[in-house]
Amino acid sequence: MTGARLNWRIVVGGGALLVLALIAIAAPLLAPVDPLEQDLFLELLPPWWQADADPTRALGADSLGRDVLSRLIHAARPALIVAVVAGVLTMLLGTALGLLAGYMGGMIDVVISRMVDIWTSFPPVLLAIMLVALIGTGLHSVIIAIVLIDWTRFCRVVRSETLAQTEMEYIDAAVIGGLKRGAILFREVLPNVLPLVIVLLTLEMSIAIIVEAILSFVGLSVSSDSPTWGGMIAEGRQVIHQAWWVMAFPMGLILIAVLALNLLGDGLKTALDPVLRR
Amino acid sequence: MNPVLDIRDLRVSLRRGAHLVRDVSLSVDAGEVHGLVGESGAGKTMIARAVLGILPDAIRVTGGTVRFRGEDLLRLPPKRLRSLLGREIALIPQDPLTGLNPARRISAQMTDMLRHHLGQSRGEARVNALRLLQEVQIRDPEQVLDRYPHELSGGMRQRVLIAIAFSAEPSLIVADEPTTALDVTVQKQILRLIRQMQERHGTAVLFVTHDLGIVAKVCHRVTVLHTGQVVEQGGIADIMSAHATPFTRALMDATPRYDQPADALHPVPEHVHQELRAAARRFDEANP
Repeated sequence: MTGARLNWRIVVGGGALLVLALIAIAAPLLAPVDPLEQDLFLELLPPWWQADADPTRALGADSLGRDVLSRLIHAARPALIVAVVAGVLTMLLGTALGLLAGYMGGMIDVVISRMVDIWTSFPPVLLAIMLVALIGTGLHSVIIAIVLIDWTRFCRVVRSETLAQTEMEYIDAAVIGGLKRGAILFREVLPNVLPLVIVLLTLEMSIAIIVEAILSFVGLSVSSDSPTWGGMIAEGRQVIHQAWWVMAFPMGLILIAVLALNLLGDGLKTALDPVLRR
Repeated sequence: MNPVLDIRDLRVSLRRGAHLVRDVSLSVDAGEVHGLVGESGAGKTMIARAVLGILPDAIRVTGGTVRFRGEDLLRLPPKRLRSLLGREIALIPQDPLTGLNPARRISAQMTDMLRHHLGQSRGEARVNALRLLQEVQIRDPEQVLDRYPHELSGGMRQRVLIAIAFSAEPSLIVADEPTTALDVTVQKQILRLIRQMQERHGTAVLFVTHDLGIVAKVCHRVTVLHTGQVVEQGGIADIMSAHATPFTRALMDATPRYDQPADALHPVPEHVHQELRAAARRFDEANP
């Protein structure tokens, strides 16, 4: 994909994500205090710009007196791990099945397409909660749940795009050129499907962040003592009337992360399209 | 002289049973351009696809032989067929837009064939690709090699496809309506180019088209098809003469000419169609 142009969406979206990633990687160095340290004297302390704030607790403290800023920073880790790992695994599974269905056709296509139909008829969040309840809580089960549920998103799009590409005469030319089916699939079809897959990946990553937040909101993600954005929202909800900041800051960060991913996806869409590019 | 391509009693049918090509025989000699003419649905593309082994899933060959230099393409082991296709039998596709892969540079698509079939190194293949582009009269071939298909005009893309078809020095090229998607001025240049290349390389060409005007310009011999049957077959002079069958003459009257007003055009009369359809029905009754 050489020659892809940078546009402002890629710069802004990608930049914001880069900052988030750096924060997640350097969390222990950046967090001003231990995110688990409780100090009941500091209970529901307001953020710095309000009266009776504490300078060591820049974004205030939650109902157990834990530092909101430090918790936010540490919670970026599970969120981004889920986004990247679940996103990539979902992409691999869905794209492989979509290519197979679109290119092989016949019974293989029928079976995969029916599976997609059945899958998408379940409400995804409910399915995720059921799955995690079944395989147990923890980061890896959140990732497994997302992959098992969301592969259909890639599969559908990749299948229909593969079908469209297979109609093209360059595929005939490749067949006549003596290429084998596997070579045609990877060398001729895949490069034409790839831009779409990359754009979908950014979408999938933002969905993964939201799903992880939902699962940690209902307490089904990582264990409750390590901070997550969803978990913080759940805690903040109980004290929403006394301390809005406990809930508002993690919500804001989720918003920024999702927005950045969508911007990046939009930017990549124009940058990677061989016809729109130039 | 033995023909390069010898099709005998080729029958192509839908899986459900209906016949699309009804026992068609034709042969193409070395260095000859053989026109395959007919209206849409006459079966000309099906014959071309049957030769190349790229019939759609729902359609298959149900009879006859397709001999390429004596070997029956329909009964060759897949491995042998793969080594013949591309190397000895090439295709010039119909639509220069979809005939090239939009995601790959011209250089990659041109060198595929050279490297795969002729075992050339990356450098050798590039030099040869450059020479081929010069041969099809593309200006700045060096630059064109590094472009993507969408950066070229339709005529340039078709020239690239012609260069690719000739790149492995095949003995037979199947050209499936190679100028239909182009505008008229470019059409002429492309036809002349195909003819030049064919003569220079001594390549046999099976030229599929619906346009008798084009046939008159490039073909040596012609097979006229209707409802999957041969209506007429012969040298270009015979076909264009007054002795041609009613359908061929009607087809000629239906071909637009730039030097004549449009009201000189006549559709093929219905009774001509009906007679040929009746013949097709009789064939189907005899061959269920």
